[in-house]
Amino acid sequence: MSELLIKNAVVCDPINNINCVKMDISIKDGKIVESVSSGAKVIDAGGKLTMAGGVDGHTHCAGKINVGRFMSPHDMRMTNVPGLSGKEAPTATTRAQVGYNTPNAFAIGYRYAKLGYTTIGEAAIPIIGARHTHEEFEAIPILDKFGLTLFGSNWQVMEYIRDDEPEKLAAYVAWGLKASRGYGIKIVNPGGGEAWGWGKNVSGLDDPVPNFDVTPAQIITALAETNEKLNLPHSIHLHCNNLGKPGNYETTIASMKLLENLKTSRDRQAMHVTHVQFNAYAGTSWRDFESGAPQVANYVNSADHLTFDLGQVIFGPAMTMTADGPVEYANSRMLHAKWSNMDVELEDASGVVPITYSPKMFVNAVQWAIGLELALLVDDPWKVMFTTDSPNGGSFVNYPEAYTYLMSAKRRTEVIEGLPEMALGRMNLPGIDRELDLYELAIMTRAMQSKIYSMDTKGHLGVGADADIAIYDLKPDSIDTTVEYAAVKKAFSSTAYTIKGGEVVVKDGEIAMTPEGRTYWVNAKVPQANTDAMQVDLAQKFKRYYTVNQANYMVEDAYLPHPVEITTEAL
Amino acid sequence: MAVITDAICSLCGSLCDDITVTVEDNVITDVERACILGRNKFVGMFLHDRIESPMIRKNGELVDVSYEEAIDEAAKILVNSKRTLSYGWCSTSCEAISKAIQLAEETGSLIDSTANVCHGPSALAVQEKGGPSATLGVVKNRADVMIFWGCNPAHAHPRHMRRYSSFSKGFFTQKGRKDRKMIVIDVRKTDTAKIADQYVEIDQGSDYLLVTALRSAINGHEDVIPDTVAGVSKEDILKLANTLKEAKFTCVFYGMGVTQSRSKYKNGDGVSSLISDLNQHSKAVMIGMRGHYNVTGYGQVSTWETGYPMAVDFTRGAPYYNPGETGANDVLTRGDVDAAIISAADAGAHFPQDSLKYLAKIPVIQIDPYANPTTELSDVVFPAAVVGVEAEGTAYRMDGISLRMKKLIDTKFKTDEEIVVDLINKVRELKRGA
Repeated sequence: MSELLIKNAVVCDPINNINCVKMDISIKDGKIVESVSSGAKVIDAGGKLTMAGGVDGHTHCAGKINVGRFMSPHDMRMTNVPGLSGKEAPTATTRAQVGYNTPNAFAIGYRYAKLGYTTIGEAAIPIIGARHTHEEFEAIPILDKFGLTLFGSNWQVMEYIRDDEPEKLAAYVAWGLKASRGYGIKIVNPGGGEAWGWGKNVSGLDDPVPNFDVTPAQIITALAETNEKLNLPHSIHLHCNNLGKPGNYETTIASMKLLENLKTSRDRQAMHVTHVQFNAYAGTSWRDFESGAPQVANYVNSADHLTFDLGQVIFGPAMTMTADGPVEYANSRMLHAKWSNMDVELEDASGVVPITYSPKMFVNAVQWAIGLELALLVDDPWKVMFTTDSPNGGSFVNYPEAYTYLMSAKRRTEVIEGLPEMALGRMNLPGIDRELDLYELAIMTRAMQSKIYSMDTKGHLGVGADADIAIYDLKPDSIDTTVEYAAVKKAFSSTAYTIKGGEVVVKDGEIAMTPEGRTYWVNAKVPQANTDAMQVDLAQKFKRYYTVNQANYMVEDAYLPHPVEITTEAL
Repeated sequence: MAVITDAICSLCGSLCDDITVTVEDNVITDVERACILGRNKFVGMFLHDRIESPMIRKNGELVDVSYEEAIDEAAKILVNSKRTLSYGWCSTSCEAISKAIQLAEETGSLIDSTANVCHGPSALAVQEKGGPSATLGVVKNRADVMIFWGCNPAHAHPRHMRRYSSFSKGFFTQKGRKDRKMIVIDVRKTDTAKIADQYVEIDQGSDYLLVTALRSAINGHEDVIPDTVAGVSKEDILKLANTLKEAKFTCVFYGMGVTQSRSKYKNGDGVSSLISDLNQHSKAVMIGMRGHYNVTGYGQVSTWETGYPMAVDFTRGAPYYNPGETGANDVLTRGDVDAAIISAADAGAHFPQDSLKYLAKIPVIQIDPYANPTTELSDVVFPAAVVGVEAEGTAYRMDGISLRMKKLIDTKFKTDEEIVVDLINKVRELKRGA
């Protein structure tokens, strides 16, 4: 029975409507409780800002990131963010660390923990590659993990949609989540992964997928309906068609509109649209390219069925990685950059290409502004998840830097002053004076995640929550975050304490201990008869088309030594 | 008698997962569907003498000792070494590889895999130009053109063509071999070349010239191609380029004829560039024909744990990577290590003479189920379980798909992983004592 009492914490906990109030937090056996005995170990927070551990709901931390590492030895010695990048020798507590955009697995755990994050979600798991994802999850210390499973170009999915077999579709998705030990439905450029099997792409929501006679719109709608039928904790998680193309904001809004009337099975959004910065481009080419953020933000403000994340760009080197195979090939040709690709049999595609976002490049400068515009033009912070789509827009170790852009107009102005004149006319950011406060930041970095993933023990500090806590060396009552952005960045770059499951894992910015994290996955129950009927079709897929036998396909228990199984009942 | 289905063959990088194994009295008596190489691994293992006991070389002879004595001696070698070479780890599980990396990190060693004498240059090519690839099932279902370049699956990966490539049938390739054009590029007419639709014989070491000429043709620069390149006529090169441009889906399978011949990693760089160019016209990918069944897994684990796929030097604490300087044969030919631990690979049989001469001078620790030429160079020898037969664990197929190998029979031998963990603990104990 371990007990811990945090005294004099200035708590910012939006889920519980607590906005920087000085209070004590009691912890027992890894959970937050009403009170502890007098024998509890005491930490004096001394009036410092205290939040629930951060939740990064969309990051590339296991699986594809290894392709990024493999092809970029140059990344390993990059020290762009001191203390959170580059090489570090092993210590008595920590393994050796390397990297910046594509750090090794150990560094991912340590560095997220130093930022006060305690839970991360891998954005894309191909089912057949899920074993690999879970191997890397297990190598990441400290953090709790979950991953989203790719279904958007899956043959079985597209066939069931085409053949109007919603019960079998639900049974297949449930099976796919179990096979991959995934947490939710990820859709990347719906249908585009299959088209990329022939070196092609789909051009929009109504462009049929070659050979499968379904459209991206049908894939999105059917999987969203399936998601609700299965009563999953998260909504569908959509990477829209036409990512990275000027004018794509129209596709993005049209995709959002598809689900305006979807009835959700839970009290949460009907869809989460991801890294919208890359999908909020106006103009018709790179010549007349401009921000489409106001159009997207206007729609989001008028709608109440969706949430989204930013995919904020950070100036400097990054590593793009996505299941959107055609986008990565196009990137590599446009940037003359090295290109890795991995088409995945019957399921999807993927690619990895390095990139550098330069503040001197007008396109990159506008991209940088678009992410911030989205965050600042959408009124309700509960709709906005902060991400850089790490490492696509930039490495997660830059989050503290990005917070200052959101919290300080002064800081933004400084950056904008260095941008090319041409870019300024294509963005709206200079005219936006909104500055997020700590409460809104807490919403975007942990509280809204608790809601959109239905993780009621994460992202807040109420009784019953996991004792995942970040204490930042920053006193809310004596700092003006709109002006003292350097202090804000410093505080969020290395916690005074990070507590994970009731244990102090970071103290004064140093790793104190490295417990193993848990892996969340969803076991969605469907009627056995539906599963049996689906298995007849699936058996044919394995017999004829897969190169792995079904008996060897599903991720075995051995790969999740610390599982948290969420069971849902189909409606 | 037990019949185990869907067993995974832990011989080559094809990692066939459809094997049926019959076990009687803890002996594998029958194997279904495995190729001759796989069959020899499963059934043949009972025909070969195992290393029965841990051994230490005393007065020039390897003599049986207790496991504890061997662990003690090996740990002393590691602790007293300024820089150990840890080599191999490709015919074992990812779990063992992970522990081997931890041991290397804790002892400030340099750790490298068999890629050093195999597909290491492929990794360098990926680092130069990227690796545009696909899982094998994509090739099975889509490829209407496949090139086998500098590889001979008929002998090295006997079931590859049946399961994944030339003869396999898939969704868009219902007629199998009839739906596909099979091209072999090699310096000699191999048994794979004999069953191809087209065999392109090239001059030894001229792969880079040919790939460059093909790129020129595909990119519309026919005029710069001489009458003959790499021993192939310009006309044939243009025809081949045209075949590739008009294909629906091309896969280039490449082997050590590409990676270890003249121009080395530049060949892979060229093929990767060719694939990128081809995608302007059709769809194309490349897949390396990996040999040891888990050499791909070594690259994966090493990459997520150290940031680099091979040739990782922990001498300075943090990982340092510079193939050419930190590869296994680089340090051996330079005489730049003072001890070695070799497991799940046979340096003795495959390294150049200069490296072996040096290995003979320094203390060598071996972990292996069988005696092999490396044993003759070794000073401490640990017998190990045969992973994939006597121990379960993870392995990666040549296309990066990981599978869980089953334990098929019981064994008295410890696994590679257990032995390495014991070494880590003993090393820590000795260091604390010091």
